Amino acid sequence: MTVNAAPQPTKTRSIAAARARQAFWLLLPTLIAIALVAGYPLYRTIYFALFEANLTTPDQRTFIGLENFWFTTDDGIALGFLQDPKWWGAVKNTLQFTVVSVFLETVFGMIIALVVNSAFKGRGFLRTAMLVPWAIPTVVSAQMWAYLYNDSFGLVGRGLLGGVALLASSNELLGVEQRIWAMIAVDVWKTTSFMALLLLAGLQSLPGDMYEAADMDGASKWTQFWRLTLPLLRPALLVALVFRSLDALRVFDIMSVMLGNVSAARTSMTGYARQALIDNQLLGMGSAVSVAVFVIIMVIVVIYVTAFRVRFD
Amino acid sequence: MNLKSKSPALYYLQRAAFYLLVIVIGVYLLAPFFWAVLTSLRSPGDLFLTPTQFMAAQTTLSNYTEVFANPNFQRGLLQSLIVAVGSVAISLLLGAFSAYALGRFRFKGKAVVMYVILAVSVFPQIAVLSGLYTLINTFGLYNNPLGLITSYLIFTIPFTVWVLTSFVRDIPGELEEAALVDGASPLQTLFLVLFPVMMPALVTTGLLAFINAWNEYLFALTFTSTNRTVPVVIANYSGATQFDQPWGQIMAASIVVTVPLIILVLVFQRNIVSGLTAGAVKG
Repeated sequence: MTVNAAPQPTKTRSIAAARARQAFWLLLPTLIAIALVAGYPLYRTIYFALFEANLTTPDQRTFIGLENFWFTTDDGIALGFLQDPKWWGAVKNTLQFTVVSVFLETVFGMIIALVVNSAFKGRGFLRTAMLVPWAIPTVVSAQMWAYLYNDSFGLVGRGLLGGVALLASSNELLGVEQRIWAMIAVDVWKTTSFMALLLLAGLQSLPGDMYEAADMDGASKWTQFWRLTLPLLRPALLVALVFRSLDALRVFDIMSVMLGNVSAARTSMTGYARQALIDNQLLGMGSAVSVAVFVIIMVIVVIYVTAFRVRFD
Repeated sequence: MNLKSKSPALYYLQRAAFYLLVIVIGVYLLAPFFWAVLTSLRSPGDLFLTPTQFMAAQTTLSNYTEVFANPNFQRGLLQSLIVAVGSVAISLLLGAFSAYALGRFRFKGKAVVMYVILAVSVFPQIAVLSGLYTLINTFGLYNNPLGLITSYLIFTIPFTVWVLTSFVRDIPGELEEAALVDGASPLQTLFLVLFPVMMPALVTTGLLAFINAWNEYLFALTFTSTNRTVPVVIANYSGATQFDQPWGQIMAASIVVTVPLIILVLVFQRNIVSGLTAGAVKG
């Protein structure tokens, strides 16, 4: 975020001070709202993570330090969630979900953006069609795909897979690791067009005469893509990647709708945290897991922003 | 054009391959939605038919009549509307104030404020879930649309501030300077001079924030029991028995909550793409 680069005005100091004061008052409602709905709840989550308490009686809590994270009883029973293989399974599945789906979305999104960016009959139609999956609520697309995957009625489940119950928990043959691929397919379908929209906007801002020059020099389309388009598209691509990755890391809707909340706890970090907090009513434990999810996501943001020097302005 | 005269066969082969790709993309993007619409227009007994028979089967609106007669769904629509409109209205108002300050004023700490707002927009919702849950209970807002309206501000406010700021920055400064010279206060300038110019931006931003609020699932699932919004109703739509999923009705309900969004998105197509890129690409 660059500080506004307007030319230095020749205003007197008192006017500048008055403007600063007015800006403060204009910003105050937003800052109060953010403090109330984001800052204070986050503080409370971190605070509760250090206590043992039931969700229904948060006032009767005992301070236990970091025991929600790591604690072994005298009998050798591991109680901390960091000692729970299911937590690490959820982390692994979420990361796999994120990496694979964001990768596929980027590749497909790029293909679609390049196609729509070229001149052909029906371009307007395809451009409009791109907006459809994006506009569909995630829960709805999860239900649509759950139906497509259904082993007795679904086009994919009955037709392509020949009646494999991909989602049913009664199907012992399929573990969570296999089912995660079905979730990835849903996410890729739903968000590829978002990726394509952002990349298309980037493509349309590239200068056309650059390609004419490349054509004159005899560069093939393939070379032009790798040597001109991709490097110039890098800023748009990186920002899109950051936003998509963050969204994918927070995933919960798709798993919750398609597999139910119990399996969602094994496939998504958010699902694991929510199960501890809401289904098991463990305020302290649920908060501790939420803090861990928060830290993981923030670390990934920082890595992204520093490694790629993403600039948001 | 060169290729066309040099080697027409290769040219037409290339065009054919290109159009094949266009068709594949079109089918991929639209087929699942098309199939959902089709299923919503078929009776439950038709689900067992083969795809070709299924397409030819008789069209019926019975799924839609049953969905609209379902009290949970009716209530869900109302709740969703209240919650989405409420949170969007609040965020647009606060967002316009902030965008005006951030886009037009020079002051110390502006970069810090922008970073705080950006940081909140990448907050995972789960990080505030337990804190918000206890607060909502304390204030007696559990199962109350007010609780959802308030909690949705966590993602609608940063979004509106961010997108509106990039719009405000692009408004020519002369307008506002003229107002200031005439002695208008900042609020008068905002409401009487900038708001009319910002109208398209407000509509677009409001629409995008509305879609986000309308689609939200985690908070709605956690903070309500009977006053559920439509995503939660659709996620838990059940038939007579646990094993009897009423797919036709689920698809009909899905279409009902999706079609208004699709129509809005198609109507405001141009604005939406610029709003999305203002929100994401520019920052």
